[in-house]
Amino acid sequence: MTHEIIISGFGGQGVLSMGKILAYSGLMEDKEVTWMPAYGPEQRGGTANVTVIVSDEPVSSPILSSYDTAIVLNQPSLEKFEPKVKPGGTLIYDGYGINVPPTRKDIHVYRIDAMDKAAEMNMIKVFNMIVLGGLLKVHPIVSIESVLKALRKTLPERHHHLIPMNEEAIRLGMDIIREQ
Amino acid sequence: MAEKEITLMKGNEAIAHAAIRCGCDGYFGYPITPQSEVLETLAAEKPWETTGMVVLQAESEVASINMVYGGAASGKRVMTSSSSPGISLMQEGISYMAGAELPALIVNVSRGGPGLGTIQPSQADYFQTVKGGGHGDYRLITLAPASVQEMADFVDLAFELAFRYRNPAMILSDGAIGQMMEKVVLPPFKPRRTEEEIAKECPWATTGRIGMRKPNIITSLELRSEEMEIINLRIQAKYREIEEKEVRFEEYMTDDAEYLIVAFGSAARIAKKVIAIAREQGMKVGLLRPITLWPFPTRRIAELGKKVKGILSLEINAGQMVEDIRLAVECKVPVQWYGRLGGIIPEPEEVVEQLKKMTL
Repeated sequence: MTHEIIISGFGGQGVLSMGKILAYSGLMEDKEVTWMPAYGPEQRGGTANVTVIVSDEPVSSPILSSYDTAIVLNQPSLEKFEPKVKPGGTLIYDGYGINVPPTRKDIHVYRIDAMDKAAEMNMIKVFNMIVLGGLLKVHPIVSIESVLKALRKTLPERHHHLIPMNEEAIRLGMDIIREQ
Repeated sequence: MAEKEITLMKGNEAIAHAAIRCGCDGYFGYPITPQSEVLETLAAEKPWETTGMVVLQAESEVASINMVYGGAASGKRVMTSSSSPGISLMQEGISYMAGAELPALIVNVSRGGPGLGTIQPSQADYFQTVKGGGHGDYRLITLAPASVQEMADFVDLAFELAFRYRNPAMILSDGAIGQMMEKVVLPPFKPRRTEEEIAKECPWATTGRIGMRKPNIITSLELRSEEMEIINLRIQAKYREIEEKEVRFEEYMTDDAEYLIVAFGSAARIAKKVIAIAREQGMKVGLLRPITLWPFPTRRIAELGKKVKGILSLEINAGQMVEDIRLAVECKVPVQWYGRLGGIIPEPEEVVEQLKKMTL
Protein backbone atom coordinates (compact mmCIF):
# COMPACT_ATOMS: atom_id res chain seq x y z
CA MET A 1 0.00 0.00 0.00
CA THR A 2 1.38 3.38 -1.04
CA HIS A 3 -0.14 6.69 -0.04
CA GLU A 4 0.96 9.77 -1.99
CA ILE A 5 0.06 13.03 -0.28
CA ILE A 6 0.56 16.72 -1.02
CA ILE A 7 0.18 19.23 1.80
CA SER A 8 0.03 22.86 0.70
CA GLY A 9 -0.67 26.22 2.28
CA PHE A 10 0.87 29.49 3.42
CA GLY A 11 4.41 29.54 4.78
CA GLY A 12 4.16 29.63 8.56
CA GLN A 13 1.09 27.37 8.78
CA GLY A 14 3.26 24.40 9.69
CA VAL A 15 2.85 22.60 6.37
CA LEU A 16 6.42 21.28 6.26
CA SER A 17 6.48 20.24 9.91
CA MET A 18 3.13 18.46 9.58
CA GLY A 19 4.57 16.51 6.69
CA LYS A 20 7.68 15.75 8.70
CA ILE A 21 5.65 14.41 11.64
CA LEU A 22 3.61 12.26 9.26
CA ALA A 23 6.79 10.89 7.64
CA TYR A 24 8.40 10.25 11.01
CA SER A 25 5.26 8.44 12.20
CA GLY A 26 5.53 6.19 9.14
CA LEU A 27 9.12 5.49 10.09
CA MET A 28 7.92 4.44 13.57
CA GLU A 29 5.82 1.77 11.83
CA ASP A 30 8.75 0.54 9.71
CA LYS A 31 7.22 1.97 6.55
CA GLU A 32 9.15 3.50 3.68
CA VAL A 33 8.79 7.28 3.66
CA THR A 34 9.86 10.23 1.54
CA TRP A 35 9.41 13.91 2.41
CA MET A 36 10.05 16.25 -0.48
CA PRO A 37 9.59 19.97 0.13
CA ALA A 38 9.16 22.67 -2.44
CA TYR A 39 12.21 24.50 -1.16
CA GLY A 40 12.10 27.67 -3.23
CA PRO A 41 12.59 31.09 -1.64
CA GLU A 42 9.61 30.34 0.63
CA GLN A 43 8.76 32.77 3.37
CA ARG A 44 6.08 33.49 5.92
CA GLY A 45 2.96 34.42 4.00
CA GLY A 46 4.23 32.91 0.74
CA THR A 47 3.24 29.44 -0.40
CA ALA A 48 4.78 26.24 0.89
CA ASN A 49 4.11 22.63 0.01
CA VAL A 50 5.51 19.22 0.71
CA THR A 51 5.01 15.81 -0.85
CA VAL A 52 4.90 12.94 1.63
CA ILE A 53 4.87 9.33 0.48
CA VAL A 54 4.23 6.56 2.99
CA SER A 55 4.53 3.07 1.58
CA ASP A 56 5.09 -0.61 2.36
CA GLU A 57 7.51 -0.77 -0.58
CA PRO A 58 10.59 1.29 -1.53
CA VAL A 59 9.46 4.69 -2.82
CA SER A 60 10.26 5.42 -6.46
CA SER A 61 9.74 9.02 -7.57
CA PRO A 62 9.69 11.62 -4.78
CA ILE A 63 8.16 14.04 -7.27
CA LEU A 64 4.65 13.38 -8.48
CA SER A 65 2.07 14.84 -10.83
CA SER A 66 -1.01 13.34 -9.14
CA TYR A 67 -1.83 12.46 -5.57
CA ASP A 68 -4.01 10.07 -3.57
CA THR A 69 -4.69 12.86 -1.10
CA ALA A 70 -4.30 16.64 -1.27
CA ILE A 71 -4.49 18.72 1.89
CA VAL A 72 -4.95 22.36 0.92
CA LEU A 73 -4.95 25.18 3.41
CA ASN A 74 -5.50 28.23 1.22
CA GLN A 75 -7.18 29.28 -2.02
CA PRO A 76 -4.09 29.22 -4.28
CA SER A 77 -3.24 25.70 -3.06
CA LEU A 78 -6.80 24.54 -3.70
CA GLU A 79 -6.68 25.88 -7.24
CA LYS A 80 -3.29 24.29 -7.88
CA PHE A 81 -3.89 20.85 -6.40
CA GLU A 82 -7.61 20.09 -6.79
CA PRO A 83 -7.03 19.08 -10.43
CA LYS A 84 -4.10 16.87 -9.36
CA VAL A 85 -6.03 14.53 -7.09
CA LYS A 86 -6.36 11.07 -8.64
CA PRO A 87 -9.97 10.12 -9.53
CA GLY A 88 -11.44 8.47 -6.45
CA GLY A 89 -8.83 10.23 -4.28
CA THR A 90 -9.27 12.59 -1.38
CA LEU A 91 -9.21 16.38 -1.05
CA ILE A 92 -9.13 17.90 2.43
CA TYR A 93 -9.45 21.66 2.72
CA ASP A 94 -9.67 24.22 5.47
CA GLY A 95 -12.63 26.51 4.86
CA TYR A 96 -10.84 29.59 6.20
CA GLY A 97 -10.34 32.15 3.45
CA ILE A 98 -11.74 29.86 0.74
CA ASN A 99 -13.94 31.92 -1.61
CA VAL A 100 -14.27 29.35 -4.36
CA PRO A 101 -14.82 25.88 -2.87
CA PRO A 102 -13.81 22.67 -4.68
CA THR A 103 -16.10 21.48 -7.44
CA ARG A 104 -14.89 18.02 -8.49
CA LYS A 105 -17.43 15.23 -8.13
CA ASP A 106 -15.11 12.26 -8.86
CA ILE A 107 -13.14 12.64 -5.63
CA HIS A 108 -13.98 12.59 -1.91
CA VAL A 109 -13.97 16.15 -0.59
CA TYR A 110 -13.64 16.83 3.12
CA ARG A 111 -13.76 20.17 4.90
CA ILE A 112 -12.04 20.82 8.17
CA ASP A 113 -12.45 24.22 9.82
CA ALA A 114 -9.20 23.87 11.72
CA MET A 115 -8.22 27.53 11.51
CA ASP A 116 -11.48 28.75 13.06
CA LYS A 117 -11.43 26.02 15.71
CA ALA A 118 -7.80 26.66 16.59
CA ALA A 119 -8.49 30.38 17.03
CA GLU A 120 -11.60 29.70 19.09
CA MET A 121 -9.82 27.26 21.41
CA ASN A 122 -6.56 29.21 21.60
CA MET A 123 -4.71 26.35 19.90
CA ILE A 124 -3.30 28.20 16.91
CA LYS A 125 0.18 26.73 17.46
CA VAL A 126 -1.13 23.22 16.90
CA PHE A 127 -3.32 24.16 13.93
CA ASN A 128 -1.37 21.77 11.72
CA MET A 129 -1.92 18.90 14.15
CA ILE A 130 -5.68 19.49 13.99
CA VAL A 131 -5.42 19.10 10.22
CA LEU A 132 -3.26 15.98 10.64
CA GLY A 133 -6.00 14.56 12.91
CA GLY A 134 -8.51 15.15 10.13
CA LEU A 135 -6.31 13.28 7.66
CA LEU A 136 -5.85 10.35 10.02
CA LYS A 137 -9.63 10.11 10.54
CA VAL A 138 -10.18 9.83 6.78
CA HIS A 139 -7.07 7.72 6.08
CA PRO A 140 -5.57 5.98 9.11
CA ILE A 141 -2.15 5.84 7.36
CA VAL A 142 -0.42 5.74 10.76
CA SER A 143 -1.77 5.29 14.29
CA ILE A 144 -2.03 8.13 16.82
CA GLU A 145 0.38 6.14 19.00
CA SER A 146 3.00 6.32 16.22
CA VAL A 147 2.47 10.08 15.88
CA LEU A 148 3.01 10.54 19.62
CA LYS A 149 6.07 8.32 19.48
CA ALA A 150 7.40 10.40 16.58
CA LEU A 151 6.80 13.61 18.54
CA ARG A 152 8.66 12.20 21.53
CA LYS A 153 11.57 11.31 19.26
CA THR A 154 11.73 14.55 17.29
CA LEU A 155 10.88 17.18 19.92
CA PRO A 156 13.63 18.22 22.30
CA GLU A 157 12.87 17.03 25.85
CA ARG A 158 12.13 20.56 27.05
CA HIS A 159 9.10 20.60 24.74
CA HIS A 160 7.73 17.21 25.76
CA HIS A 161 5.13 18.86 28.00
CA LEU A 162 3.46 20.07 24.78
CA ILE A 163 2.78 16.53 23.54
CA PRO A 164 -0.62 16.20 25.32
CA MET A 165 -1.73 19.42 23.60
CA ASN A 166 -0.72 17.93 20.25
CA GLU A 167 -2.68 14.76 21.01
CA GLU A 168 -5.70 16.86 21.93
CA ALA A 169 -5.35 18.70 18.61
CA ILE A 170 -5.23 15.45 16.63
CA ARG A 171 -8.37 14.15 18.37
CA LEU A 172 -10.10 17.50 17.81
CA GLY A 173 -9.28 17.28 14.09
CA MET A 174 -10.74 13.78 13.95
CA ASP A 175 -13.97 15.15 15.46
CA ILE A 176 -14.49 18.18 13.28
CA ILE A 177 -13.65 16.90 9.78
CA ARG A 178 -16.75 16.55 7.58
CA GLU A 179 -17.31 14.98 4.17
CA GLN A 180 -18.91 17.48 1.78
CA MET B 1 24.61 -7.06 17.48
CA ALA B 2 23.51 -3.52 18.18
CA GLU B 3 20.21 -2.45 16.71
CA LYS B 4 20.59 -0.53 13.49
CA GLU B 5 20.10 3.19 13.91
CA ILE B 6 17.34 4.13 11.49
CA THR B 7 16.60 7.79 11.26
CA LEU B 8 14.87 10.30 9.00
CA MET B 9 16.98 13.06 7.54
CA LYS B 10 17.74 15.20 4.51
CA GLY B 11 20.33 14.10 1.98
CA ASN B 12 22.52 17.06 2.91
CA GLU B 13 22.39 16.13 6.58
CA ALA B 14 23.30 12.54 5.69
CA ILE B 15 26.45 13.79 3.93
CA ALA B 16 27.54 15.64 7.08
CA HIS B 17 26.83 12.75 9.45
CA ALA B 18 28.55 10.27 7.15
CA ALA B 19 31.63 12.51 6.93
CA ILE B 20 32.00 12.60 10.70
CA ARG B 21 31.50 8.84 10.91
CA CYS B 22 33.95 7.85 8.18
CA GLY B 23 36.96 9.44 9.83
CA CYS B 24 37.00 12.64 7.81
CA ASP B 25 39.75 14.99 9.03
CA GLY B 26 38.46 18.26 7.69
CA TYR B 27 35.61 20.03 5.91
CA PHE B 28 36.10 23.42 4.28
CA GLY B 29 33.12 25.08 2.65
CA TYR B 30 31.09 28.14 1.89
CA PRO B 31 27.27 28.21 2.14
CA ILE B 32 25.06 28.06 -0.94
CA THR B 33 21.52 26.82 -1.50
CA PRO B 34 20.53 23.99 -1.85
CA GLN B 35 23.35 22.39 0.14
CA SER B 36 23.87 24.69 3.11
CA GLU B 37 22.61 21.99 5.52
CA VAL B 38 25.92 20.17 5.07
CA LEU B 39 27.88 22.95 6.78
CA GLU B 40 24.98 23.71 9.17
CA THR B 41 24.78 20.09 10.33
CA LEU B 42 28.54 19.91 10.82
CA ALA B 43 28.46 23.13 12.84
CA ALA B 44 25.63 21.76 14.99
CA GLU B 45 27.31 18.38 15.52
CA LYS B 46 30.63 19.99 16.56
CA PRO B 47 32.81 17.04 15.51
CA TRP B 48 35.94 18.97 16.55
CA GLU B 49 34.91 18.16 20.11
CA THR B 50 34.48 14.43 19.43
CA THR B 51 36.53 13.03 16.53
CA GLY B 52 38.77 16.08 16.17
CA MET B 53 37.50 16.77 12.64
CA VAL B 54 38.10 20.36 11.55
CA VAL B 55 35.06 22.23 10.21
CA LEU B 56 35.72 25.61 8.72
CA GLN B 57 33.60 28.12 6.88
CA ALA B 58 36.06 29.61 4.43
CA GLU B 59 35.82 33.11 2.99
CA SER B 60 34.93 31.78 -0.45
CA GLU B 61 34.68 28.66 -2.59
CA VAL B 62 38.14 29.37 -4.02
CA ALA B 63 39.58 29.43 -0.50
CA SER B 64 37.68 26.22 0.38
CA ILE B 65 39.08 24.20 -2.48
CA ASN B 66 42.62 25.40 -1.82
CA MET B 67 42.28 24.47 1.86
CA VAL B 68 41.20 21.04 0.62
CA TYR B 69 44.32 20.94 -1.58
CA GLY B 70 46.49 21.68 1.44
CA GLY B 71 44.81 19.12 3.67
CA ALA B 72 44.94 16.45 0.97
CA ALA B 73 48.64 17.15 0.35
CA SER B 74 49.33 16.10 3.92
CA GLY B 75 47.43 12.83 3.42
CA LYS B 76 44.33 13.88 5.35
CA ARG B 77 40.78 12.88 4.46
CA VAL B 78 39.38 16.28 3.55
CA MET B 79 36.32 17.47 1.69
CA THR B 80 34.21 20.37 0.57
CA SER B 81 30.67 20.73 -0.69
CA SER B 82 28.91 23.34 -2.76
CA SER B 83 26.33 23.80 -5.47
CA SER B 84 26.79 24.51 -9.17
CA PRO B 85 28.00 28.17 -9.24
CA GLY B 86 30.28 27.46 -6.28
CA ILE B 87 31.64 24.33 -7.96
CA SER B 88 32.44 26.42 -11.04
CA LEU B 89 34.58 28.68 -8.85
CA MET B 90 36.46 25.62 -7.59
CA GLN B 91 37.45 24.26 -11.01
CA GLU B 92 40.99 25.62 -10.99
CA GLY B 93 41.69 23.99 -7.63
CA ILE B 94 40.13 20.71 -8.77
CA SER B 95 42.32 20.63 -11.88
CA TYR B 96 45.39 21.32 -9.72
CA MET B 97 44.45 18.45 -7.40
CA ALA B 98 43.99 16.09 -10.34
CA GLY B 99 47.40 17.22 -11.65
CA ALA B 100 49.09 16.83 -8.27
CA GLU B 101 47.26 13.49 -7.83
CA LEU B 102 45.60 14.43 -4.56
CA PRO B 103 42.74 12.44 -3.04
CA ALA B 104 39.79 14.49 -1.81
CA LEU B 105 36.02 14.58 -1.86
CA ILE B 106 33.98 17.32 -3.51
CA VAL B 107 30.19 17.21 -3.18
CA ASN B 108 28.06 19.05 -5.73
CA VAL B 109 24.38 19.36 -4.77
CA SER B 110 23.61 20.89 -8.11
CA ARG B 111 21.03 23.47 -9.11
CA GLY B 112 19.78 24.93 -12.37
CA GLY B 113 22.08 27.10 -14.46
CA PRO B 114 23.70 28.60 -16.39
CA GLY B 115 25.03 31.41 -14.27
CA LEU B 116 23.40 31.98 -10.91
CA GLY B 117 20.37 30.26 -12.44
CA THR B 118 17.93 28.92 -9.90
CA ILE B 119 18.09 27.14 -6.57
CA GLN B 120 15.92 24.30 -7.83
CA PRO B 121 17.31 20.83 -8.70
CA SER B 122 19.12 20.20 -11.97
CA GLN B 123 21.54 17.71 -13.49
CA ALA B 124 23.06 20.24 -15.85
CA ASP B 125 26.55 19.83 -14.36
CA TYR B 126 27.04 16.39 -15.95
CA PHE B 127 29.39 17.68 -18.65
CA GLN B 128 31.33 19.80 -16.16
CA THR B 129 31.79 16.83 -13.86
CA VAL B 130 32.59 13.96 -16.18
CA LYS B 131 34.26 15.79 -19.07
CA GLY B 132 36.65 17.98 -17.14
CA GLY B 133 35.33 21.26 -15.84
CA GLY B 134 38.78 22.59 -15.20
CA HIS B 135 41.65 22.61 -17.69
CA GLY B 136 43.85 19.74 -18.74
CA ASP B 137 43.40 16.01 -19.43
CA TYR B 138 41.89 14.84 -16.18
CA ARG B 139 38.95 12.89 -14.83
CA LEU B 140 36.99 12.91 -11.60
CA ILE B 141 35.73 9.67 -10.09
CA THR B 142 32.03 10.56 -9.95
CA LEU B 143 29.36 8.92 -7.83
CA ALA B 144 25.68 9.79 -8.35
CA PRO B 145 23.47 8.98 -5.36
CA ALA B 146 19.74 8.37 -5.93
CA SER B 147 18.61 8.28 -2.31
CA VAL B 148 19.41 9.75 1.08
CA GLN B 149 20.88 6.37 2.01
CA GLU B 150 23.31 6.60 -0.89
CA MET B 151 24.23 10.16 0.11
CA ALA B 152 25.40 8.63 3.41
CA ASP B 153 27.00 5.53 1.88
CA PHE B 154 28.92 7.27 -0.90
CA VAL B 155 30.95 9.56 1.37
CA ASP B 156 33.17 6.77 2.65
CA LEU B 157 33.18 5.05 -0.75
CA ALA B 158 34.32 8.26 -2.44
CA PHE B 159 37.16 8.68 0.05
CA GLU B 160 38.22 5.04 -0.40
CA LEU B 161 38.32 5.42 -4.18
CA ALA B 162 40.04 8.80 -4.00
CA PHE B 163 42.84 7.41 -1.83
CA ARG B 164 43.12 4.13 -3.76
CA TYR B 165 43.79 6.03 -6.99
CA ARG B 166 45.16 9.32 -5.62
CA ASN B 167 42.53 11.28 -7.49
CA PRO B 168 39.78 13.71 -6.48
CA ALA B 169 36.32 12.14 -6.30
CA MET B 170 33.00 13.88 -6.65
CA ILE B 171 29.53 13.10 -5.39
CA LEU B 172 27.22 14.63 -8.00
CA SER B 173 23.82 15.04 -6.42
CA ASP B 174 21.10 17.62 -6.87
CA GLY B 175 18.76 19.79 -4.85
CA ALA B 176 16.04 17.15 -4.79
CA ILE B 177 18.17 14.46 -3.16
CA GLY B 178 19.83 17.07 -0.94
CA GLN B 179 16.58 18.53 0.36
CA MET B 180 14.39 15.47 0.66
CA MET B 181 14.10 13.41 3.82
CA GLU B 182 14.14 9.64 3.79
CA LYS B 183 14.98 6.75 6.05
CA VAL B 184 18.68 6.27 6.46
CA VAL B 185 20.92 3.89 8.35
CA LEU B 186 24.09 5.81 9.10
CA PRO B 187 27.40 3.99 8.68
CA PRO B 188 29.22 2.80 11.80
CA PHE B 189 31.88 5.05 13.30
CA LYS B 190 35.37 4.65 11.89
CA PRO B 191 38.21 6.42 13.73
CA ARG B 192 40.29 9.08 12.00
CA ARG B 193 43.66 7.72 10.90
CA THR B 194 46.60 8.43 13.17
CA GLU B 195 49.65 10.34 11.91
CA GLU B 196 51.55 7.02 11.77
CA GLU B 197 48.81 5.38 9.72
CA ILE B 198 48.78 8.32 7.30
CA ALA B 199 52.58 8.21 6.92
CA LYS B 200 52.35 4.48 6.16
CA GLU B 201 49.34 4.60 3.82
CA CYS B 202 50.36 7.78 2.02
CA PRO B 203 54.15 7.61 1.53
CA TRP B 204 53.75 10.46 -1.00
CA ALA B 205 52.20 12.89 1.49
CA THR B 206 53.92 15.88 3.06
CA THR B 207 53.74 14.50 6.58
CA GLY B 208 57.07 15.92 7.77
CA ARG B 209 60.40 14.54 6.66
CA ILE B 210 61.77 11.90 9.00
CA GLY B 211 65.41 10.79 8.75
CA MET B 212 66.91 10.90 5.30
CA ARG B 213 63.91 10.06 3.12
CA LYS B 214 63.58 11.98 -0.13
CA PRO B 215 61.48 15.12 0.32
CA ASN B 216 57.89 14.72 -0.89
CA ILE B 217 56.87 17.49 -3.24
CA ILE B 218 53.20 18.03 -4.12
CA THR B 219 52.83 20.01 -7.31
CA SER B 220 51.05 19.97 -10.64
CA LEU B 221 53.84 22.01 -12.28
CA GLU B 222 56.45 20.43 -14.57
CA LEU B 223 57.92 22.76 -17.16
CA ARG B 224 59.89 20.10 -19.04
CA SER B 225 57.50 18.77 -21.69
CA GLU B 226 59.17 15.33 -21.86
CA GLU B 227 58.62 14.91 -18.11
CA MET B 228 55.11 16.33 -18.31
CA GLU B 229 54.18 13.81 -20.98
CA ILE B 230 55.40 10.97 -18.77
CA ILE B 231 53.27 12.30 -15.91
CA ASN B 232 50.27 12.58 -18.20
CA LEU B 233 50.76 9.05 -19.51
CA ARG B 234 50.96 7.73 -15.96
CA ILE B 235 47.74 9.54 -15.02
CA GLN B 236 46.01 8.24 -18.15
CA ALA B 237 47.09 4.67 -17.32
CA LYS B 238 45.51 5.17 -13.88
CA TYR B 239 42.29 6.34 -15.54
CA ARG B 240 42.20 3.24 -17.74
CA GLU B 241 42.57 1.09 -14.61
CA ILE B 242 39.68 2.96 -12.94
CA GLU B 243 37.55 2.45 -16.06
CA GLU B 244 38.36 -1.26 -15.91
CA LYS B 245 37.70 -1.82 -12.21
CA GLU B 246 35.36 0.77 -10.76
CA VAL B 247 32.26 0.92 -12.97
CA ARG B 248 29.13 0.74 -10.83
CA PHE B 249 25.49 0.63 -11.93
CA GLU B 250 22.06 -0.67 -10.97
CA GLU B 251 19.71 -2.54 -13.29
CA TYR B 252 15.96 -2.56 -12.79
CA MET B 253 13.58 -4.76 -14.82
CA THR B 254 15.97 -5.07 -17.73
CA ASP B 255 15.51 -8.85 -18.16
CA ASP B 256 12.53 -8.64 -20.51
CA ALA B 257 12.87 -4.97 -21.44
CA GLU B 258 12.17 -3.91 -25.02
CA TYR B 259 12.97 -0.31 -24.20
CA LEU B 260 15.60 1.00 -21.83
CA ILE B 261 15.69 4.17 -19.79
CA VAL B 262 19.13 5.35 -18.70
CA ALA B 263 18.97 7.81 -15.82
CA PHE B 264 21.04 8.74 -12.79
CA GLY B 265 20.33 10.33 -9.41
CA SER B 266 16.88 11.79 -8.88
CA ALA B 267 15.98 11.19 -12.55
CA ALA B 268 16.46 7.46 -11.91
CA ARG B 269 13.91 7.63 -9.10
CA ILE B 270 11.42 9.23 -11.49
CA ALA B 271 12.29 6.55 -14.06
CA LYS B 272 11.21 3.77 -11.67
CA LYS B 273 7.77 5.36 -11.36
CA VAL B 274 7.68 5.78 -15.16
CA ILE B 275 8.43 2.07 -15.53
CA ALA B 276 5.63 1.11 -13.13
CA ILE B 277 3.11 3.18 -15.12
CA ALA B 278 4.47 2.06 -18.52
CA ARG B 279 4.37 -1.62 -17.60
CA GLU B 280 0.72 -1.26 -16.46
CA GLN B 281 0.06 -0.02 -19.99
CA GLY B 282 1.87 -2.98 -21.54
CA MET B 283 5.21 -1.34 -22.41
CA LYS B 284 8.19 -3.46 -21.40
CA VAL B 285 10.62 -0.89 -20.06
CA GLY B 286 13.69 -1.30 -17.89
CA LEU B 287 16.22 1.00 -16.25
CA LEU B 288 19.97 1.18 -16.20
CA ARG B 289 21.12 3.59 -13.51
CA PRO B 290 24.80 4.58 -13.72
CA ILE B 291 26.07 4.89 -10.14
CA THR B 292 29.50 5.96 -11.37
CA LEU B 293 29.08 8.62 -14.06
CA TRP B 294 32.80 8.38 -14.65
CA PRO B 295 33.80 5.68 -15.17
CA PHE B 296 30.64 5.29 -17.28
CA PRO B 297 28.95 1.87 -17.67
CA THR B 298 29.71 1.93 -21.40
CA ARG B 299 30.12 -1.81 -21.83
CA ARG B 300 26.86 -2.77 -20.11
CA ILE B 301 24.89 -0.16 -22.05
CA ALA B 302 26.38 -1.53 -25.28
CA GLU B 303 25.23 -5.05 -24.31
CA LEU B 304 21.72 -3.89 -23.40
CA GLY B 305 21.65 -1.80 -26.58
CA LYS B 306 21.77 -5.07 -28.58
CA LYS B 307 18.65 -6.37 -26.80
CA VAL B 308 16.35 -3.34 -26.88
CA LYS B 309 14.52 -1.43 -29.61
CA GLY B 310 15.28 1.99 -28.21
CA ILE B 311 16.90 3.88 -25.37
CA LEU B 312 15.60 6.97 -23.59
CA SER B 313 18.08 9.11 -21.69
CA LEU B 314 16.10 10.78 -18.93
CA GLU B 315 18.05 13.74 -17.59
CA ILE B 316 17.18 16.94 -15.74
CA ASN B 317 19.17 18.94 -18.28
CA ALA B 318 19.16 19.67 -22.01
CA GLY B 319 20.68 16.30 -22.96
CA GLN B 320 24.25 15.64 -21.83
CA MET B 321 24.60 11.99 -20.80
CA VAL B 322 22.70 11.10 -23.99
CA GLU B 323 26.00 11.67 -25.87
CA ASP B 324 27.80 9.02 -23.81
CA ILE B 325 24.94 6.57 -24.36
CA ARG B 326 25.07 7.12 -28.13
CA LEU B 327 28.83 6.53 -28.05
CA ALA B 328 28.31 3.37 -25.99
CA VAL B 329 25.84 1.84 -28.47
CA GLU B 330 27.69 3.33 -31.45
CA CYS B 331 24.34 4.67 -32.71
CA LYS B 332 23.22 1.13 -33.58
CA VAL B 333 19.96 1.64 -31.70
CA PRO B 334 17.87 4.84 -31.52
CA VAL B 335 18.78 6.90 -28.46
CA GLN B 336 16.47 9.76 -27.51
CA TRP B 337 16.63 12.32 -24.75
CA TYR B 338 13.91 13.68 -22.53
CA GLY B 339 14.29 16.21 -19.76
CA ARG B 340 13.20 19.48 -18.25
CA LEU B 341 15.29 22.56 -17.66
CA GLY B 342 15.79 25.44 -15.31
CA GLY B 343 14.99 23.57 -12.11
CA ILE B 344 11.78 21.90 -13.30
CA ILE B 345 11.71 18.19 -12.51
CA PRO B 346 10.01 16.01 -15.12
CA GLU B 347 6.83 14.38 -13.86
CA PRO B 348 6.46 10.64 -14.42
CA GLU B 349 3.40 10.97 -16.69
CA GLU B 350 5.11 13.28 -19.17
CA VAL B 351 7.99 10.81 -19.50
CA VAL B 352 5.48 8.00 -20.14
CA GLU B 353 4.03 10.11 -22.98
CA GLN B 354 7.53 10.45 -24.41
CA LEU B 355 8.02 6.68 -24.19
CA LYS B 356 4.75 6.12 -26.03
CA LYS B 357 6.00 8.26 -28.92
CA MET B 358 9.15 6.13 -29.02
CA THR B 359 7.36 2.80 -28.99
CA LEU B 360 4.87 3.67 -31.74
